[in-house]
Amino acid sequence: MATLHTRASARLMMAPAVILLLAWMIVPLGMTLYFSLLRYNLLMPGMESFTGLGNYVYFLTDPAFGTALANTLLLVGGVLAITVIGGTGLALLLDQPFFGRGIVRLLVIAPFFVMPTVSALVWKTMLMHPVNGLFAWIARSLGFAPVDWFADLPLLSIILIVAWQWLPFATLILLTALQSLDEEQKEAAEMDGAGAVSRFVYIVLPHLARAMTVVVLIETIFLLSVFAEILVTTNGGPGVQTTTITYLVYMQALLQFDVGGASAGGIVAVVLANIVAIFLIRLIGKNLDR
Amino acid sequence: MARAASARRRIAFTIIGWAVGFLVFFPILWTVLTSFKSEGTAIAIPPQFLFFDWTAENYATVQSRSNYLRHMTNSIVISLGSTLLGLLIAIPAAWAMAFSPTRRTKDVLMWMLSTKMLPAVGVLVPIYLLFRDFGLLDSRAGLTAVLTMINLPIIVWMLYTYFREIPADILEAARMDGASLGKEIVYVLAPMAVPGIASTLLLNVILAWNEAFWTLNLSTSQAAPLTAFIAAYSSPEGLFWAKLSAASTLAIAPILVLGWFAQRQLVRGLTFGAVK
Amino acid sequence: MGSIVLDNVSKTFGDAVVIPAIDLDIADGEFVVFVGPSGCGKSTLLRLIAGLEDVSGGRILIDGEDMTETPPARRRLAMVFQSYALYPHMSVRGNIAFPLKMAGLASDVVERKVADAARILNLTDYLDRKPRQLSGGQRQRVAIGRAIVRDPVAFLFDEPLSNLDAALRVAMRLEISELHQQLKRTMIYVTHDQVEAMTMADKIVVLNAGRVEQVGSPLELYRNPKNLFVAGFIGSPRMNFLSGEAARKLGAATIGIRPEHLALSTSDGLWEGKVGVAEHLGSDTYLHLTIDGVGPLTARMSGEFAARPGETLRIAPEAGKIHRFDDKGMALS
Repeated sequence: MATLHTRASARLMMAPAVILLLAWMIVPLGMTLYFSLLRYNLLMPGMESFTGLGNYVYFLTDPAFGTALANTLLLVGGVLAITVIGGTGLALLLDQPFFGRGIVRLLVIAPFFVMPTVSALVWKTMLMHPVNGLFAWIARSLGFAPVDWFADLPLLSIILIVAWQWLPFATLILLTALQSLDEEQKEAAEMDGAGAVSRFVYIVLPHLARAMTVVVLIETIFLLSVFAEILVTTNGGPGVQTTTITYLVYMQALLQFDVGGASAGGIVAVVLANIVAIFLIRLIGKNLDR
Repeated sequence: MARAASARRRIAFTIIGWAVGFLVFFPILWTVLTSFKSEGTAIAIPPQFLFFDWTAENYATVQSRSNYLRHMTNSIVISLGSTLLGLLIAIPAAWAMAFSPTRRTKDVLMWMLSTKMLPAVGVLVPIYLLFRDFGLLDSRAGLTAVLTMINLPIIVWMLYTYFREIPADILEAARMDGASLGKEIVYVLAPMAVPGIASTLLLNVILAWNEAFWTLNLSTSQAAPLTAFIAAYSSPEGLFWAKLSAASTLAIAPILVLGWFAQRQLVRGLTFGAVK
Repeated sequence: MGSIVLDNVSKTFGDAVVIPAIDLDIADGEFVVFVGPSGCGKSTLLRLIAGLEDVSGGRILIDGEDMTETPPARRRLAMVFQSYALYPHMSVRGNIAFPLKMAGLASDVVERKVADAARILNLTDYLDRKPRQLSGGQRQRVAIGRAIVRDPVAFLFDEPLSNLDAALRVAMRLEISELHQQLKRTMIYVTHDQVEAMTMADKIVVLNAGRVEQVGSPLELYRNPKNLFVAGFIGSPRMNFLSGEAARKLGAATIGIRPEHLALSTSDGLWEGKVGVAEHLGSDTYLHLTIDGVGPLTARMSGEFAARPGETLRIAPEAGKIHRFDDKGMALS
């Protein structure tokens, strides 16, 4: 197959995709890098000047940065914990035979297909509203004081919304992995005298480990960029209680028009994402060698 | 395992399964129900679940007041356009990588993947400025171009994993049988590749439809797709729950149906073939 | 019309030399089998002939014509792949007709040729099925049918039977041999199974690490293996090799004796051995013996031969059937 003719045409066929992606990566990233070294605000055109690492110093020493980094980690960590644990439970449940399993699976994966702005608004208003929301009504019916979600627990509220959106993804991947588990392995373990719990711990869990890693890494990539959910619910507030790195950069860029500062923040975000990406790429690369 | 025990087990799991499924799905169900209520019923306490005066007036209002159709059209044009454009660029590339791999193919694939991991905020500023300078802000063309680039790595990867499953033997057999490159594509490759291409199309339309970083930041009104349009409900109109629900239902219903068809491909597409 | 000549053909992938340089003459109508362990380059050699790989050096002549640079479709060769490579979306009819359609034949000619091929291969009742609805043997026949209709100058087979179960393999082996007698076309057949090679070939080419170890008729290879590799590869059970004192006595570094050329008795013989395991195949009995100071040995006896494990027997090699090899593994005459 690998004749000279096909190899030459192969290069030609790959060219558009490679060139476009290369341009997409290098041009804006190069510009970001360049801007990050400038004092550059859109509100003060013509005042650009070189400032070295000044923007980075400013961005990294801004007290909001520490909060934003903590918020980002809490958001990513919280959503990961909920989706991986919940997803494992749901996957185990959906792996059991029961009536209407196919329909239940459709119900469970549905939230993934809801656009982020819709799910954030629906949760914010109709479910979490402190007066008219369904949660408030349930709390009052049970004799508790209703929670004012976005005033008292803003970050947790966002974590819950995002976790609801990503729960289906974790479930679906873990379920796929679960179904690829060799039935004979479980039977062999049963013959060896392993009970249901030991079978889960010694056979199922190790088998799921790889899929869980994939879930964690891919979700992390997407969760680092969570944006719409914050924009339509809290706008990063109250104060900076729900401001993440992504949102902080957005505010600096499009609300304060501080191109230099936002660019420095962007580069910081790139570095953070790359730390995760390296692990993910290695994992997928290993899979490619199969 | 005893028969009676397994039957009881089955019933127990049926109850638990449906209960959990209902809970997870509830916010969507609630949105759909609310969209048929009057504004007064929508915020009523205690909430009305099924026995209220069903009305379709919200759907009419949403369209007449906010030019809903234009945003719907924007969503369709942008998501379908970016996906088709992406396929056009990705099909030859994925084909070449799947059928005449070189030592560098793996590196190229990995590099493409790494561009997907570039956080959007990292390039927000320059893209925004470039769009401003080239007059692409709030334009369908601009959003289509950005979403094409955003999803191109996923499209290449998905197609690559599908194409790689087509045995090279069969293409060689076609060549031995005297098929020219053109005929090889029309008679042999295309019929075997179409299911994979269709799945890729489906998943990427979904992803593009729901994309909510670039669409929110690069569009305001004219080219705003549904993601941005719905976001506008976060401010004062947020109190019109029934209308918000109607708009939301319209925005998610088509993609929910597509998504249910695409559930198998979702795993493969979003894990880059790492889980099948 | 179907003669194939390899003239100094070599193949390298980057720095890896897969086939150093091979000369080979294949006469018209000959059934040639390339046999060797996996990774010996036999499939690569076949693909070079097919044109699916570019040669790194040398020339390939088909029917006297230099076809080294000719694309596969124009070499007038047909190939049957290991995986059969049937087009999954086409019916049996569509699969067999495909090469004819590519050649632009009129549809009535196509129809007739497909019907002929189907009749020869007992596929008439299955013409409208899809490949996935067929059994392994039927798929194999469709792949052969697709090759036959093109009326090629030579057929290339790439391990075509390796995906079939044992019984079917024997049946298909016979069918391919019969097909060869019927069509009288050149056939090149690649396999790692020396039984297939012995039973089907007019000429066997034994390959090892890209080199031709020996070329000859099955019996030639069986009787006069040129070296240790061929001696060990051809024949089942494998030839016994003995070295050390037993070999030195006969002026060789290694001597080889086939299991079927050993006589066992309680009275006389060159060596004395202890019976380990006896495998009863019905028609034959394979005895695994251990000779003190010499090593293990396998003997092939008639099916009725009775021996108890642990029993001591005398072993006599048949006169004139001992193969002698020098310290480089080459046969001594």
